[in-house]
Amino acid sequence: MLTRKCYLALMGALLVSGIMTGCDKKSPEASTEKTATKEGGTAPNKETVAAGTKESGKAAEIARDPTKRIKIVYIPKNTGNVYFDVVASGFKKAQTELGFDFDIVAPATADAASQIPFIKQQIQLKVDAIAISPNSPDAVKPALQEALAKGIHVITIDADLTGNEDGREAYVIPADSDLIAKSQIDLISELIGGKGEIAILSATTDAPNQNIWIKVMNETLKDPKFKDIQLVDTVYGNDQDQKSATEAQALLLKHPNLKGIIAPTSVGIVSAVRVVETAGKANSIAVTGLGMPNNLRKYVQTGSMKKFALWNPADMGYIGSYLLVGLTNGKIKPANGASFEAGTLKERKFGELNKVIAGPPLVFDKGNIEQFHF
Amino acid sequence: MTSKGGIVAFLARFREVGILFFLAVVVVLTTLKAPRFLQWDNLSSILLDVPLLITIAMGMTMVIISRNIDLSVGSMMGLSAMVVGMTLRANPNLPILVAMLIGIGAGAALGAVNGTLIAFLRVPAIIATLGTLSIYRGIIFILSDGKSINSQDLPDALTFLAKPAITKIPIIVVIALLVVLLAHLFLRTQRTGRDIFAIGSNPNAARLRGVPVTKTLFLVFLITGAVSGLAGFMYTARFAFVDPAQAGTGFELSVIAATVIGGTAIFGGAGSALGTLLGCLLLGVINNALAITDLNQMWQLAVYGAIILIAVYTDSLIRNRLGKPVKESA
Repeated sequence: MLTRKCYLALMGALLVSGIMTGCDKKSPEASTEKTATKEGGTAPNKETVAAGTKESGKAAEIARDPTKRIKIVYIPKNTGNVYFDVVASGFKKAQTELGFDFDIVAPATADAASQIPFIKQQIQLKVDAIAISPNSPDAVKPALQEALAKGIHVITIDADLTGNEDGREAYVIPADSDLIAKSQIDLISELIGGKGEIAILSATTDAPNQNIWIKVMNETLKDPKFKDIQLVDTVYGNDQDQKSATEAQALLLKHPNLKGIIAPTSVGIVSAVRVVETAGKANSIAVTGLGMPNNLRKYVQTGSMKKFALWNPADMGYIGSYLLVGLTNGKIKPANGASFEAGTLKERKFGELNKVIAGPPLVFDKGNIEQFHF
Repeated sequence: MTSKGGIVAFLARFREVGILFFLAVVVVLTTLKAPRFLQWDNLSSILLDVPLLITIAMGMTMVIISRNIDLSVGSMMGLSAMVVGMTLRANPNLPILVAMLIGIGAGAALGAVNGTLIAFLRVPAIIATLGTLSIYRGIIFILSDGKSINSQDLPDALTFLAKPAITKIPIIVVIALLVVLLAHLFLRTQRTGRDIFAIGSNPNAARLRGVPVTKTLFLVFLITGAVSGLAGFMYTARFAFVDPAQAGTGFELSVIAATVIGGTAIFGGAGSALGTLLGCLLLGVINNALAITDLNQMWQLAVYGAIILIAVYTDSLIRNRLGKPVKESA
């Protein structure tokens, strides 16, 4: 019994000392080494990345030395998701320009609490900066605040800590919500010749981004420019294949004069275009929305889908890198209206709550889809 | 006996009569509310929605009759779909029939693992399959590295199976009906099929009477795995898209619901392939009816659940009223 107590006390002491050493003050002028990998092109070199990761793991065990490279870690929602692989490719592109160490770690599932151990681990490894695509606005906040308290810079990417903005320093938004919603209406209007009945196939009824887009789409349709377009139905496929297909089939049946479907969700858009194609109505009903090029490539090639949109996930990683390096060396101070240079993507501005918009929506069609693989 | 009594007595011999009645009620009510329900376009879309459910539910019927449960069917379907999808992506010219056999084989292997755990190692089915539900889903992620199979990875000959364009009736529907026929004959006419009822009615008595309980249970889970694998193959044809996180997730609940609605006793010993077929059709019709009748989206799930409860209750009411609380199915 006594030995066990001793053991626990020893563990506690070790833990405390570990935390204390973690508080080592770091120099704000940590210079970024410009000896970065310069081997050509935009394609990130995987081996370089892996090697950099290993080295930095060792480096992080000792107190941070200002001449060492900045260490950035990205924590996406879950592993193996191609979307986040593309976000990471943006980090790797910036890495070749800025020369920092980069690592990507993530839980297997996108549960609310699953990222917490990964954040704690990075705090112990004393990284300089964490970029995270949080699975929950609430669950990860205490862990991120702990990181901030230790002098680690934290930004969110792709998803934010809505309502808990003090858990991060800035947020890189994929694209402006208004712009996304408006571009969807522009797209469908173009595809149906500015006239006819349209419907929206959404994800779940409680998805905040979906509801904002639907609201803006409704407002946009009031523009006299779109007076001949009627939004006749909004249905929800719950981001499930089967349910989305059932709802899309029902749309065709309920609205025999339907000319277009907007599905601003990567699952719904695939179901909608498949249903329309199977029904042999690809020529009379246009399907568009937000989707992944890999999922829709075949339908674009066969002509069943003419155009759809998304943002470029790589831009978020690229901007996030410039932002984090700037924060770490003290050159960027986030504030509403302030701005910074993000490499080839030029000047970026902080909006309210330090939100940074990554870029305009990107439209995919037969002409450019081959350039995108995510 | 009056002729009416004769008809009632005749109907009462069929366990399926209650569910058939309820199906008719739902069809009539939906048609009154939305006449477009009966259009061929709509009926064919229901036909496309149910084959996966029907195929797996045939296995689930046997499992539940044997007084067991299999929670891993959704994961087995998803894993088989991923195996079929990855195989076809690597070998686009592989004959579709071979792809189907690969799907069935993959499912059967997974089912054999379940069967070994439950029949030989005596792990309670609900625990064993709760474990394999996660394990199989995990293997999907490991195999696929978390990446989806997309439509461009799959040959047109595969997706053709789920298109009504030329054959009017999609081929996957024909496959599902063949599975129903086989399951029906197996449960009705085969000695092993009858043994499943004996095990579900009273496992100890069945053992004492010389029923090969262990072997039969193993077979039941093997079959369920095989039909889940077949459904996985059909999934790739139907959706032309296999997302590791999504394919089959939560599908076990629909399968169990359809089986129980179809009159299979949750405590084992009773059930039939035809009843389960009707249960699947009822679920398909309800899903479709909810979508086309302009019911408020917020209400759909609750109404769906309520209809299931009413269906099961009506079914038991009718069966009791007909005077024969059928324990042993036809």
